Amino acid sequence: MFGKKRVAIVGAGVTLFRRNLKETGKELAYHAAKMALEQAGMELRDIQSVVMGTAPDAFDGVHMKGEYLADGAGAYHKPYTRVFVGGGTGVFAPLAGWWHVASGQFDTCLVVCEEKMSSCHPHPQYAFTTIFDPILERPIGMNLIWIFALEMNRYMHKHNIKKEDIALVSVKNKRNALDNPIAQLAANITVEDVLNSEIMAWPVQRLDVSPTSDGAAATVLVSEDVAKEVTDNPVWIDGVGWCIDSTHWTDRDLYYPDYVEYAARMAYKMAGIKNPPKEIDVAEPYDPFDYKELHHMEGLLLCKKGEAPKLTREGVTQRDGDLPTCPSGGLLGCGNPIAAAGMMKVCEIFWQLRGEAGKRQVPGDPRTGVAQAWGDLMQYGSVIVLRR
Amino acid sequence: MSLEKITNPFNARHWIGHMEADYRYTLGIAGERFFKEIKENARIMGAKCPVCNAIFVPPRLYCEKCFAKLEEWVDVGKRGYIYTYTIATIDIDGKKLEKPQIYALIKFEGAHGGLIHKIGETDKVQMGMKVEAVFKPPNERKASINDIAYFKPAE
Amino acid sequence: MSAKIKHFPGEEIETKDFREGKVLFEAFRPKARYAWSAGIAISRFLEELKNGRIIASTCNKCKRIMVPPRIYCEKCFKPTDGWTFVRDTGVINTFSVSFIAADASRLKEPIVVAIINLDGASEGMGIVHRIEEYGDWRGIKIGMRVKAVWKPPEERVGAITDIKYFKPIKE
Repeated sequence: MFGKKRVAIVGAGVTLFRRNLKETGKELAYHAAKMALEQAGMELRDIQSVVMGTAPDAFDGVHMKGEYLADGAGAYHKPYTRVFVGGGTGVFAPLAGWWHVASGQFDTCLVVCEEKMSSCHPHPQYAFTTIFDPILERPIGMNLIWIFALEMNRYMHKHNIKKEDIALVSVKNKRNALDNPIAQLAANITVEDVLNSEIMAWPVQRLDVSPTSDGAAATVLVSEDVAKEVTDNPVWIDGVGWCIDSTHWTDRDLYYPDYVEYAARMAYKMAGIKNPPKEIDVAEPYDPFDYKELHHMEGLLLCKKGEAPKLTREGVTQRDGDLPTCPSGGLLGCGNPIAAAGMMKVCEIFWQLRGEAGKRQVPGDPRTGVAQAWGDLMQYGSVIVLRR
Repeated sequence: MSLEKITNPFNARHWIGHMEADYRYTLGIAGERFFKEIKENARIMGAKCPVCNAIFVPPRLYCEKCFAKLEEWVDVGKRGYIYTYTIATIDIDGKKLEKPQIYALIKFEGAHGGLIHKIGETDKVQMGMKVEAVFKPPNERKASINDIAYFKPAE
Repeated sequence: MSAKIKHFPGEEIETKDFREGKVLFEAFRPKARYAWSAGIAISRFLEELKNGRIIASTCNKCKRIMVPPRIYCEKCFKPTDGWTFVRDTGVINTFSVSFIAADASRLKEPIVVAIINLDGASEGMGIVHRIEEYGDWRGIKIGMRVKAVWKPPEERVGAITDIKYFKPIKE
């Protein structure tokens, strides 16, 4: 066992994900945090530490957003940490929560993730332009969608993948989202719909992309002793991994995310997983774009390089397949409030392993699940392995 | 490679730019109700926690200590007292103001928190001084903190 | 999400509600201006662009020729050892044809952006730039050879835009 104490998730909460929500960021954080506490059957006074995961201040438009959101996250007069690794935040935040409890310093930790992207006008995407190097990249007119397009193109080229196969992911996830009460963009679409949708930055088309959203999600982490008192059904955090690559993103071959593999290996080693495709029952890789699910499945070592499209075509990644992937509907179906989206995936695995996912439940009594998030300038991977 | 000290960034080769975005901050569930009351009824409201009985001004959706939802709203009146103040002589860009402006944190009796606002109709203030809100005429109110023009000394 | 939860919080509003006054909000525009220091390595890079040349830095340990240049090799974590010029020709590593601008507004004529692996630099080393004079965008391929089109000397100021764009060349 790594760390001094074993750590379990005992409660989770998610708000609706929508393009625009009326609540302020603080109110969103409160809703999610309160829900997670109620689900765990615990009160705020039982919480000894709080971790907040939230991505760029530039979306909400409040500098030092972590501090701003603190009281909504229940951190009043508590030890508090805000973490931020771009899109990787949603899985990284529970990792940071894990440190708090596994180190033996705290018995309980409330992990909250929030994003309110709608404050940024004319479009939240504009705030993303500042991720690029101001001297070498911004004068070219860089747009966030372009870096995904450049990566997608390279991935397709390297393995000779057709858009039809990639579009299948968007179709699957949006359909899975129909069973998710919080979903923003659940829909029954076809591959043709994706291929006919407006070209944004070729090869990325509108239905390949997840939207910007407002939303929050939270989980309650506790040590083994507390878990015994609070629930009969704890979900253990058995593996954590994280890794970053350099911002010299133009120096890498973008067809494969090395940093996701390193993070995954770290998490699998901790969890004692030697054969990921066989030992993992359900997966929630980060899917802001449809090709990213495939890219990340390979980085998570759930299949060989270039093999993910084939598995999708064969139905392996459907809910009733051998490796259900994104049963929640993912970001493509639910929406993408950056940090909250990654945390939502952790919540989904939590509910799946407990058999509480309702209509989205994957059959076969899943016991081991993995959630992964990805961020920054295509450089950050965070991976968490959960087990019942 | 040299490691000389430079204190003015414009002396090194640099690139000038800006980080532009327009922001629209929703007032939120609690905020909308608070500012609607100010705009339509010239009323300053607070919210009460059912667990610890604390009244918060401005009102919020939840009590940060008890984590309970705040459903009961109360009118805290238009009068408060100066908890602390400052006298500003320069504006946000660093230019000298024509006339110094007093800003104060105004608390309301029996309530936590308070409002930061201007003090008007006087040049002299002291800690604890009683003040009263002066609202703009109804047609000038926009559901903003500036619907209150300033706080003036009260008897 | 969980079958045990009946209600998921959140009050949805629409973007047009802001325009139509159905939701109350405060508007704000931060007025921050920045002067980003180019740093030691990129200052030299920009100087050389003004001269119509592309410069790279070298690491004696891992033997990489790195462009854009840097003062430390991030893999060996030591200072880089020297400078060398690379060519202004190269190969398209990946590209995208964008019909949207930085603020997400729609463009009538697409912008083509690419990562170009420059001749003379280590394998995989790339810079990002635009591609123009490509004819039909559907004809652009990964692996195509391209060459920089520079601004005339008197218009160069020491910026990445001293190269106007890269254009496809026949071999």
